[in-house]
Amino acid sequence: MSYNWNWSIFFEPSLDGTHTYLTTLLWGAGWTLATAFAAFAIALSLGSVVGVARTAPQAWVRALSTCFVEVLRNVPLLVQMFLWYFVLPELLPDELGTWLKQLPDAQFYTAVVCLGCYHAARMAEVVRAGLQSLPGGQRMAGQALGLNLAQTYRYVLLPMAYRIVVPAITSEFLSCTKNTSVALAIGLMELTGSARAMQENSFQIFEAFSAATTLYLALNLIIIFAMRRVERLAVVPGYGTPQKAA
Amino acid sequence: MKKTLAASMLTLMFAAGGAHAQDDGTLAKIAELGAITVGHRDGAVPFSYYDDNQRPIGYAMDLCARVVDAVKLKLNKPDLKVTYMPVTGTTRIPLLANGTIDMECGTTTNNAERQQQVTFSTTNFVAGVRILSNQSNPIETMADAKGKTVVTLAGTTSVKVINVANTEQNLGLTILTAKDLAEGMLTLETNRAVALIFDDVSLAGAAATSKTPKAFVLSKQPLSVEPYGIMLRRGDDAFKALVNHTLEGLYASGEINAIYAKWFTQPIPPRGINLNFPMSSQLKNVIAHPTDDPNPDLYR
Repeated sequence: MSYNWNWSIFFEPSLDGTHTYLTTLLWGAGWTLATAFAAFAIALSLGSVVGVARTAPQAWVRALSTCFVEVLRNVPLLVQMFLWYFVLPELLPDELGTWLKQLPDAQFYTAVVCLGCYHAARMAEVVRAGLQSLPGGQRMAGQALGLNLAQTYRYVLLPMAYRIVVPAITSEFLSCTKNTSVALAIGLMELTGSARAMQENSFQIFEAFSAATTLYLALNLIIIFAMRRVERLAVVPGYGTPQKAA
Repeated sequence: MKKTLAASMLTLMFAAGGAHAQDDGTLAKIAELGAITVGHRDGAVPFSYYDDNQRPIGYAMDLCARVVDAVKLKLNKPDLKVTYMPVTGTTRIPLLANGTIDMECGTTTNNAERQQQVTFSTTNFVAGVRILSNQSNPIETMADAKGKTVVTLAGTTSVKVINVANTEQNLGLTILTAKDLAEGMLTLETNRAVALIFDDVSLAGAAATSKTPKAFVLSKQPLSVEPYGIMLRRGDDAFKALVNHTLEGLYASGEINAIYAKWFTQPIPPRGINLNFPMSSQLKNVIAHPTDDPNPDLYR
């Protein structure tokens, strides 16, 4: 292969003239991290609400939440990103649409909302799986103690369900971090975007993407180690497969 | 973990070096395989794009077809197999470097940074970075966009041009970077930006193929100059000489004028749109004095 390796490219000035390529890549990693955390916060909270709604006794609540999950989970993320960014502002009243378009860092907010909703749909399924893995007797026991429905979820069902699905939450978090790269389609200069911009001008493609790979791997390894701790703390002693509680 | 990663990286580097040593020229490779592979773009109107039969066509494709003819003649292989492979901004370098494609025919700018990695044929087009804006709110110079949002394509020379103007003239611009021309055009069309700044010929193509070609206006003065060439592997003088000889032959005989007119001043497939983009004085100059120099100042 006729390729000229040049690892010192990272210290050369990038297209903005003032910062090095390394700086732009680190900024990219910063956007990736910010997008991933903000989107996952939405995913976790909205996903929990929808997940609970999926197991609610009222049929219409279940139908509504099923719609949310199936629409967001079955439309490709890239398409959703385009719809949120380019189509939504056109459907809104003119003033609101213009305000949205002129928002500074609009790509970032759009990416966060879009990723947040997409992963909320997936989180909802995780939460539902957790809730449905509990024996029916727990719900009945809660109600028999005189708790109302909300209290049964809050004090009996959800604390158990969450602790059971922590490993699944970990992998959702990892997917969410990696899926931030789709936001490059709407011009967010996250890690993949900045690696792509770097190689587009310098033609040092392998260096650019080696750096991006390393940074993604490092980010996700940190998340995995942090979530391992959470998993160990959250394990329910004596529930399911016997495990040593930390 | 880290050790394995470093080791695999090293292996990659050595493998790359090793393969380079036994690389004995594109012409020899083509002769041996009995085939030549042309890399092309999928939407670079009118340089290299698909017609309605999904065949790659365009100005650059016509020039490359002449190169293929020259290769057939040189190797005395009239039945040489020609394959076409679509490439993108991200795949063109690895595919050229590893020998999947033998040349890239599109809109790749010849600049000094890129010469570290690849080489370019004699310049076959000279584009200028210009400003496309709405007719109702025309932007003629960078200063007209002061305090507003502009969009350009990520990783292109235009980013540098805009950043320099923004700092030097203290314009306070918000600079959006789109992934590709289609997204950049959409950003302008939906009024997310007041101007799309990029190579004029691409802008003309994007405006002409948009729903409302008359709604857009292109600025008069180019902000910088971009020489395009056919992208080739570095250090393969024999092949490069053949490519340059072919292009310069077209320039000397004047055949280039007919090829240029076919794509830039006449209706082109698939929709019969006419770009109305007459030959610039810069390109006329290159045709009179062919060069493959990446220095934009020489083309002004």
